[in-house]
Amino acid sequence: MQIQPILAALRKHKIPALLIVLEIALACAVLCNAVFMIGQRVSEIHIPNAIDEAGISVIDVQGIDPKTANADIPRYLATLRQIPGVAVVAALNMMPLTNNSWNTNVATSPAGIMAKDSPNVAEYLLTKGGPEALGLRLLQGRFFNDDEYADSKLGDSYLPTGHTVVVTRSLAKRLWPGQGALGKQIWVGKSNTFTVVGVVADVLRPDENGGGAARFHWSMFSPINPHASIQTFAVRSAPQDRDRVLREGVHKLEALAPNVVVKGKTFTDIRDKYFANTRSMVWMLVLVCVVMLAVTAFGIVGLTSFWVGQRRRQIGIRRAVGATRRHILNYFQTENFLLSTAGVVIGMLLAFGINLYLMQHYQMTRMPWYYLPASAVALWVLGQLAVLGPALRAANVPPVVATRSV
Amino acid sequence: MFAYYLDLALRSFRRNRVLTALMVLALGLGIGASITTLTVLKLLSGDPLPQKSARIFAPQIDPLPADSQTPAAKLWHSWGNLMTYTDAMNLLRARRAERQAVMALADSKITPQVPGRHPFFSDGVITTSDFFTMFDAKFEYGSGWSARDDEDRAHVVVVAGFLNDKLFGGKNSVGELIRVNDHDYRIVGVLKPWAPQPRFYAVSLGGRGYGNGDAVFLPLQAALADKVNPQTVNCFDANVDINHLETAPCAWVSLWVELKDAADAGAYQTFLSNYVAQQISLGRLHYPQVALPNLMEYLAQQQVVPEDARLQTGLAFGFLLICIVNTVGLLLAKCLRRSREIGVRRALGATRRAIFAQFMIESGMVGIAGGILGLVFAELGLWAVRHQPAQYAHLAHLDLSMFVATFAIALIASLIAGLLPAWRACVVAPAPQLKDA
Repeated sequence: MQIQPILAALRKHKIPALLIVLEIALACAVLCNAVFMIGQRVSEIHIPNAIDEAGISVIDVQGIDPKTANADIPRYLATLRQIPGVAVVAALNMMPLTNNSWNTNVATSPAGIMAKDSPNVAEYLLTKGGPEALGLRLLQGRFFNDDEYADSKLGDSYLPTGHTVVVTRSLAKRLWPGQGALGKQIWVGKSNTFTVVGVVADVLRPDENGGGAARFHWSMFSPINPHASIQTFAVRSAPQDRDRVLREGVHKLEALAPNVVVKGKTFTDIRDKYFANTRSMVWMLVLVCVVMLAVTAFGIVGLTSFWVGQRRRQIGIRRAVGATRRHILNYFQTENFLLSTAGVVIGMLLAFGINLYLMQHYQMTRMPWYYLPASAVALWVLGQLAVLGPALRAANVPPVVATRSV
Repeated sequence: MFAYYLDLALRSFRRNRVLTALMVLALGLGIGASITTLTVLKLLSGDPLPQKSARIFAPQIDPLPADSQTPAAKLWHSWGNLMTYTDAMNLLRARRAERQAVMALADSKITPQVPGRHPFFSDGVITTSDFFTMFDAKFEYGSGWSARDDEDRAHVVVVAGFLNDKLFGGKNSVGELIRVNDHDYRIVGVLKPWAPQPRFYAVSLGGRGYGNGDAVFLPLQAALADKVNPQTVNCFDANVDINHLETAPCAWVSLWVELKDAADAGAYQTFLSNYVAQQISLGRLHYPQVALPNLMEYLAQQQVVPEDARLQTGLAFGFLLICIVNTVGLLLAKCLRRSREIGVRRALGATRRAIFAQFMIESGMVGIAGGILGLVFAELGLWAVRHQPAQYAHLAHLDLSMFVATFAIALIASLIAGLLPAWRACVVAPAPQLKDA
């Protein structure tokens, strides 16, 4: 296929040609960034969380009387444990992804605690059976023993009196990069220390806490005695029993303690709710991309159709002097390919520029390079599909047109 | 003449039905998407107290200990205007502003006095007497409490209209007792619907940013005496006695002040600096930095508007741009196809100006049609937004200004789109076109 005559023809239609190039460039730029954002958000939604998400029911009991909490909570636990199908029950101060969090800054030395970058960590407090009720996955070391549970009380502070802690793998890596975490000391404040007895697979914190995805896994777990602040109950069962267990659990606690407010949710619902906004953003982005591509395609169809209509006589003449249908088809396809190429080159530059702008003004990371060629290919394909209809119509122009109306 | 051009435009639309439909559809989609996101953005970044936000200020000081390495600006960015109880109450009692209130949020348990009804938790604010007048909360019945009630730890309460409806069927309940957090409080006032968007005073206190507003308002000191737990407590020392938050090394209340004007704000800032300097000499505080942003500056500092909402708006306008380019292309194609018609009209005496006007009217009509369709799409989009789980979802409605903006955007977009084709049309030289025929 000769490109020379195509370029010569395009020179006669500068403005429509420029418009197609511009439209493809804009579509390419928006597509790159939108697809990148979709990818980021999808991976955010699927961020791993090493607890038994499918089997956990979460029951919140608000308004436990601090004076009787010591006796009330074990009673609630016993009641929940009796429900058929329940494997383990424990009380804890908070659950992942519930936006209700206890956090503390930690350090590996007493001096480090005031440092600007001392990591802020979610502090989970679990009553006996907590690791099993959540389904924590132990990677190293051990969970807490009975003495450690018995010795750790909350009293009048936000810190437990115990001195043992289990950390997530991400937190261990942040605090002691390249070293084992077991047996190391974590400082909370200038005088309180906790000894790491175990490392578990990454568990999410109740919220991102402004730290971004990297810090979303900075969690630690300590044993605790029942206390009025420990008012969330994790009930673990087989996934197929979960909904019934949750219903019965809420019902039984309400009957047992009419003076408190009981609310139950499955953990799957909690996770869905946490990421609901992100999910709707993903759908919105997908919708915009699809509609945008459709509009671009129709624009190409419209302009090329006009072109074909205008050049019927020239096409007829070419056919009359020996061009086959395939030649005509190829002509329009090549023309579109050239325009698309110009479009995607400008579009990729534009996409890169937009990404730089977003990185400066929003929490956006650098777009991996392969998004650029990927959306370039997408627009090439789109252009070829859009041009096919008008090009086929052009190929069907009979040679006899050349002889008419001269 | 105008009517004639309209007639010509309609004829030309009828000739190219598909092309016209495509143009209107593309423009409508672009406008619908932009208006939907713009409405949401406007809702999110709105002024919660339009009549007086310039006079409402959030004093900020740095309570961190001497060995802290966190700069004040970074601290305020994450803690907002949270203060220790001691500092907030000192500044409150100095009464140097027109009005001032200290506040925290507390989820409050409300026990209906009707047998068989379960207790429930509602959003509560624990605050001081000026809260209602300063934030323009109007009363349906009764009024707020007095500064005297604050210091006396009086068990009085102001309830929202919706809670009054729920508990007392909407009647004047002033003087009734209700049980809040297992203590009896006497109702002194019932609010008219009051829910500033964003809920600016809750931003640093750990509450939702948008939504229906709070249900109960309790005097701060009375609530503390009843051991109410504030929603957010940020401590800068690990050894905290949670039963004595008033003296703990923790920031958990915020202070808002109303000042007369800019000069008054300058004076208050000086007062604030002097207060901090005095506390530094006493050894209680360690950093001289203070800040006094007004309400809108404070909301900007706290980045209240979700990033996604701004991204969506940017994306929608990018999309609108593509739609406009698309419409330019299609209009141009249509107009070039009609060069013969233009040639005839020019030969019969139409001026360039007349041809230009004709084509601008044609594209203007595409714009109006696109605007109407855009409005339909915007209503559809907002309907979809209202069915989202976000806190602000139910507030998303098209208002008059957005309605007008839709047509303004549509008309401007289409006239811009029509400019190039109209110009091309009027430079057509009549002779060659006629010869060709």
